[in-house]
Amino acid sequence: MLSGDAACVVEMRDVTKRFPGVLANDRITFRVHAGEVHALLGENGAGKSTLMNILAGLYRPDAGEILVKGRRVQLGSPRHAIAAGIGMVHQHFRLVQTFTVAQNITLGMPQPRFVLNMRAIEDEIARLSSTYGLRVDPRAKIWQLSVGEQQRVEIVKMLYRGANILILDEPTAVLTPQEARDLFATLNRMKQAGRSIIFITHKLDEVMEVADRVTVLRDGRAITTLDRKDATPKLLANLMVGREIGGTMPGKKEACSECVLRISGVSALGDRGTLALRGVSLEVAAGEVLGIAGVAGNGQRELAEVITGLRRVQEGCIMLRGADITNRTPLEVIRCGVGHIPEDRLGTGMVPNLSVVDNVILKSYRSRPVAKGPFIHARAARERAADLVQRFQVKAAGLDRPIRLLSGGNSQKLLLAREISANPSLLVAVHPTRGLDIGATEAIHRMLIEQRNRGVAILLISEDLEELAALADRVAVLFAGRVMGVLRRDEWDIERIGLMMAGSATADTTGCSADKGDRVS
Amino acid sequence: MEQTAMAFVTSVLAAAVAAGTPILYAALGEVVTERSGVLNLSLEGTMLVGAVSGFLVTVRTGSLAAGVVAAAVAGGLIAALHAFLTVTLKVNQVVSGLSLTLFGTGVSGYLGKPVIGVPTPVSFKPVVVPGLARIPVLGDVLFNQDILVYASYVLVVALWFFFYRTRPGLHMQSVGESPETADALGINVFATRYAYTIIGGMLTGIGGSYLSLAYAPSWIEYMTAGRGWIAIALVIFAVWNPLRAMLGAYLFGGIDALGFRIQVLGAIIPSFFLKMMPYIFTIAVLIFATARSRNYRIGAPAALGVPYERE
Repeated sequence: MLSGDAACVVEMRDVTKRFPGVLANDRITFRVHAGEVHALLGENGAGKSTLMNILAGLYRPDAGEILVKGRRVQLGSPRHAIAAGIGMVHQHFRLVQTFTVAQNITLGMPQPRFVLNMRAIEDEIARLSSTYGLRVDPRAKIWQLSVGEQQRVEIVKMLYRGANILILDEPTAVLTPQEARDLFATLNRMKQAGRSIIFITHKLDEVMEVADRVTVLRDGRAITTLDRKDATPKLLANLMVGREIGGTMPGKKEACSECVLRISGVSALGDRGTLALRGVSLEVAAGEVLGIAGVAGNGQRELAEVITGLRRVQEGCIMLRGADITNRTPLEVIRCGVGHIPEDRLGTGMVPNLSVVDNVILKSYRSRPVAKGPFIHARAARERAADLVQRFQVKAAGLDRPIRLLSGGNSQKLLLAREISANPSLLVAVHPTRGLDIGATEAIHRMLIEQRNRGVAILLISEDLEELAALADRVAVLFAGRVMGVLRRDEWDIERIGLMMAGSATADTTGCSADKGDRVS
Repeated sequence: MEQTAMAFVTSVLAAAVAAGTPILYAALGEVVTERSGVLNLSLEGTMLVGAVSGFLVTVRTGSLAAGVVAAAVAGGLIAALHAFLTVTLKVNQVVSGLSLTLFGTGVSGYLGKPVIGVPTPVSFKPVVVPGLARIPVLGDVLFNQDILVYASYVLVVALWFFFYRTRPGLHMQSVGESPETADALGINVFATRYAYTIIGGMLTGIGGSYLSLAYAPSWIEYMTAGRGWIAIALVIFAVWNPLRAMLGAYLFGGIDALGFRIQVLGAIIPSFFLKMMPYIFTIAVLIFATARSRNYRIGAPAALGVPYERE
């Protein structure tokens, strides 16, 4: 489409944004039409969120101009953006947990000025949400809602403010497949009502499913804009990464039968003192990847923590190669041969301000050769760090530089390298590739598969179903702290997994019974 | 016999309200401040500054109103300093609050030197509310008090309405719960925190002036005797709710008053023990309140004590 098109509701011209050391957006030109779903596709760090944060009034561009319905606008704050009809739903929702849905939606509005008639506001919200099929209870408190419901609140909040250009930042990352489909239906309804939707994503299938047009960003530049009918997943992938992708993964080996981890009837409390795990039973064999699927907050983190000794088990037991490791201290668990890639890699996994060397020896400083009596053998520590950095191709500016200066992909590679170097018999990996770009994700996947082929049992907790499909030999689905079912690779069925993620236990029991059958042997 | 017992109970309860009122003002001030996400631990110092300012101005002018206004202004100034340090400069809120306590204690001692032992020309005296004072027991307890006590009743109800029924109240709470959310919706987090920290300081200052102009009424160095700290504990006990703060303040006032009366009655309990009671009670309340909410901080504004910085 040509510029100056009447159908163009938003036009960003030559927008440039620089952060210290990074050119996040480099003269990007981007146009959105009325009544379209426009996907903004790119890898992490391609500049998608930065560009949209500029449009939502959170960042100011260093250069370039923004036109809304043909008029130049200055978007100095979110309030200006809203006034121009632009609303953004962030990946991390901006909601007050202790407020009701209606209170959140009316928050920051100019009217009514003083006394609030919540009843009237609630009625209005109910009317608006039913128009677009966005089911929300205006009186529910946010903390009582599922993530999918919270997302609907965010969308209603923007509609309530009269936003007719809606920006969604990776909206499906937190949804089950069914919820994602509901969201797409809602987007279509809003599109038909003449609103425009900008959909930030790095998932190709979503672009193909929901977008009318797609703009691909790479390294802070807009590469191209295509109609969906001219796009194929392969073309988009190549545009997004800038090279041919789809390298082959190391071949798969049959899992052997030795059971490494056996969790029986484990229950544990979450941070709020309520049961987060309810009688979880699982097994992982040597050379097997057991995937744990589920929507965030259904017990995944707690599961990883009880295994690694970071959280107390209330009931049940955890056996590692026949030894009872229930409620052992983290040190004892490490010594038993458990490696851990925690969810929060720079908080729990590593010490951000310590150097590469110090982080590498964090788990091995007690034993030779790094330990030399009560002292640390500096040269041995350094050699170990240098060896890992070289062997796993970690890009680090120096071994003495603090780890927080490494990119996400490199710090994760180093963390995984450290855990692998301890020769674990079990690896617990929690969201190991979250937030990483395609290249780093590939590297991490390759490392995990190599470990599996060496006979390591791997418990892989992930919200990314594609990742589980690619790596897991079996997938267990957690919902509300319970195992809803276990599917073998040959039973993989995205529908069923989605239903189980949403708490529908009826989905199936064959996966479970097959699992139980194994257990008897 | 029964009548004297009745009279005793009434007088203890009336004294409880009077003794609880300075704590109530300070606690309400702190509820307002903390609801916007700022922890202000300087109540003890702020109350002392309020007490001495109110006393000095009343002695000079002979006007109680001028004294209370002066106390509010002085409290507001100290709170403004706290806001500047913690909201603008992002100094640790605990450190700032503690230093301002020391500052307030020192300044009040210095300013009050000339008026130690000086009588005030006027002080707050009970004003009987016609009609309401006739209610048995409660009438004497609640409606035979001074103007500042009546003002505190109105304040409690007004604050409750403000918090839960008005837009500015909702905005204030959103700033204390989730400043990112408030900011994204165009609410000025910094201005809001300044405003409610200063208002909280003004209320605390008025609480101090109640001591020097109504309760004592005189100026004695360090006359708050820990009431500021009790007020902070009370905020937790009250779960940041003005109505519960009122209940808690009178409870503390009651224990205070009871100790005094028992002494007068000539009981054999050592007087030191009776004087300890409010402080022991404070510790007990804190243990109770935190044990109950160890896993999840019930009612505390989620962003309390956390300076806000835009990403």
